[in-house]
Amino acid sequence: MTYEILDHTADAGVRGIGATLEEAFAEAARGTFALMADLDSVRPEGEVAVEAEADTPEGLLVAWLGELLRERDVRGMLFSRFEVHIVGRDGAWRLSGRAWGERIDPRRHRLGVEVKAATYAGVRVERTGDGWIAQCVVDL
Amino acid sequence: MTTQNLVRRGEYMWELPKTGEMRVPGWIFVSEALLQPLLSGEAEGEGEGGGGHDWNALVQVRNVACLPGIVRASIAMPDVHPGYGFPIGGVGAFDPEEGVVAMGGVGFDINCGVRVLATPLTRADVEPRKEEVADALFAHVPAGLGSEGKIRLTLPGVDEVLEKGAEFALARGYGLPEDLEYIEENGRMDGADPAAVSLKAKEREFRQIGTLGSGNHYLEVQYVEEVRDPEAARAYGLEEDQILIAIHCGSRGLGHQIGQDSLPELERASRKYGIPIRERELVCAPIRSPEGEKYLSAVFAGINCAFANRQVIAHLVREALAPLFSLPPGKIRTLYDVGHNNVKFERHRVDGEEVRLLVHRKGSTRAFGPGRRENPDRYRKVGHPIFVGGTMGTASYILRGTEEGMEKVFGSGVHGAGRAMSRAKAKRRWRGQELIQSLARQGIVVRAHSYGGAAEEAPGAYKDVDLVVDAAVGAGLNALVAKVRPLVCIKG
Repeated sequence: MTYEILDHTADAGVRGIGATLEEAFAEAARGTFALMADLDSVRPEGEVAVEAEADTPEGLLVAWLGELLRERDVRGMLFSRFEVHIVGRDGAWRLSGRAWGERIDPRRHRLGVEVKAATYAGVRVERTGDGWIAQCVVDL
Repeated sequence: MTTQNLVRRGEYMWELPKTGEMRVPGWIFVSEALLQPLLSGEAEGEGEGGGGHDWNALVQVRNVACLPGIVRASIAMPDVHPGYGFPIGGVGAFDPEEGVVAMGGVGFDINCGVRVLATPLTRADVEPRKEEVADALFAHVPAGLGSEGKIRLTLPGVDEVLEKGAEFALARGYGLPEDLEYIEENGRMDGADPAAVSLKAKEREFRQIGTLGSGNHYLEVQYVEEVRDPEAARAYGLEEDQILIAIHCGSRGLGHQIGQDSLPELERASRKYGIPIRERELVCAPIRSPEGEKYLSAVFAGINCAFANRQVIAHLVREALAPLFSLPPGKIRTLYDVGHNNVKFERHRVDGEEVRLLVHRKGSTRAFGPGRRENPDRYRKVGHPIFVGGTMGTASYILRGTEEGMEKVFGSGVHGAGRAMSRAKAKRRWRGQELIQSLARQGIVVRAHSYGGAAEEAPGAYKDVDLVVDAAVGAGLNALVAKVRPLVCIKG
């Protein structure tokens, strides 16, 4: 499992790659936070629970990343480790996840640029050869 | 899309003729040089970003032209580039009875905009003290990822921000009463309803009011290099060598959350009212529907949030600079404050008749021309000023609204250079620290909260702002008042 940052003129794309749908979602979250800080410098000390739901898997990805950005603002935290559980069937997708991180510390975190929002642009959640990808463009 | 689809209407105007489901034509106000990257899609990163989805500003112009109730044309201003649903630099006006409100026409950073402060200082006063000025602003104005404002809000406080805009900040002692006259809508948007904004959105503002943010947001100390329109400059109180301060920021996390919350709601509304979704970010609702009314009330509240943020930051700038130069804070006045991600009800002349329209401007400022009653008294005769941001190393421009702009583009203006290169590429090409040193050699002092962020904002990653201004002025949409140059730049 890993993530990729995709080139994009105004913003950036994030792609999570995993053996399961859940792993791909967790990696997409790591990609999103990698834009904001050096992930290795973010200690997974505090834990936050995140819930999201949507009509489609794509909508669920956008909602999951959106919830994490909200937690960032409300708690003043960055996250580096994620765990995701997804239950879904036609038209009703639910995610319960956990994120681990710590308070933002500009002296230690080698900060990047703030991600404003996850968007539906370029959104893809699909099975590949032997795993899953979950990706979308994020607004910076 | 190719040139075959476009009909040339003038040196700076191209028409995408009304075909298929388009309800109006597309009007694209660009020079030949600015048109090329739109056609090739190459500079836009097509096929790369977002895994090869078709991301083309002209397709977006066409999609907007298909929306119900659109009036006159789907408009692309000279700084047009691909956005989310609407292109950036997109303007769309809708009939309030038949038309829709579209989220893509506002974007995630609601009322992102620019406040410019005019000082009595000259370049000679600041030039020898640039480092000191940069340090004072960097220390005093919260910026960068995770920065927290000097005010802490609770829920009732946020509701007050959403209802009262800049007046909220003023009541808390931030700024001067005379600021309000020089803010679009006098800093308070009518029709804002805090109840239309989710608790999730409001929580994000608790620590963020009065913070600049990061990315392309900045705080810049500039000098007026050249005045090109003496009459307008007189009205604005501008002179050559004068020091100005530009503040570029928006509604922060609260505005982003309104967008995030509205996306699924408006997607459902589009289906419910049978409006085809041509791009997933181009969801909308009829203006006269519960969903449309709720979204508008929330956006108007988000507009007020941005006005309040810029009012607080303007005050912090005064606090930082006034003591350095022994100035009374009142000597640093608000030249103007104008947003570039907005939707508003306005009155315009269409086919010789004055009508009320809902005007979306995504990456385009309002630019009302001479005589409009919305303009401050001092500016009424010449039209109000608009600010076109360059990059850290290049010029910015002060333009004004024109009669022709009122007729052609509902009184709209250009807002900036627009990116030409992805952030990832910029980061590979430039190193933040080296870039800052090279700008210092050109006399521009940069303080950045993130070196990586600074590299992404390298001047070379943007289009040439001069070309954008040439096209806006050449097409008659805006008129050139003054050219300004940066001395100090604070990046989030």
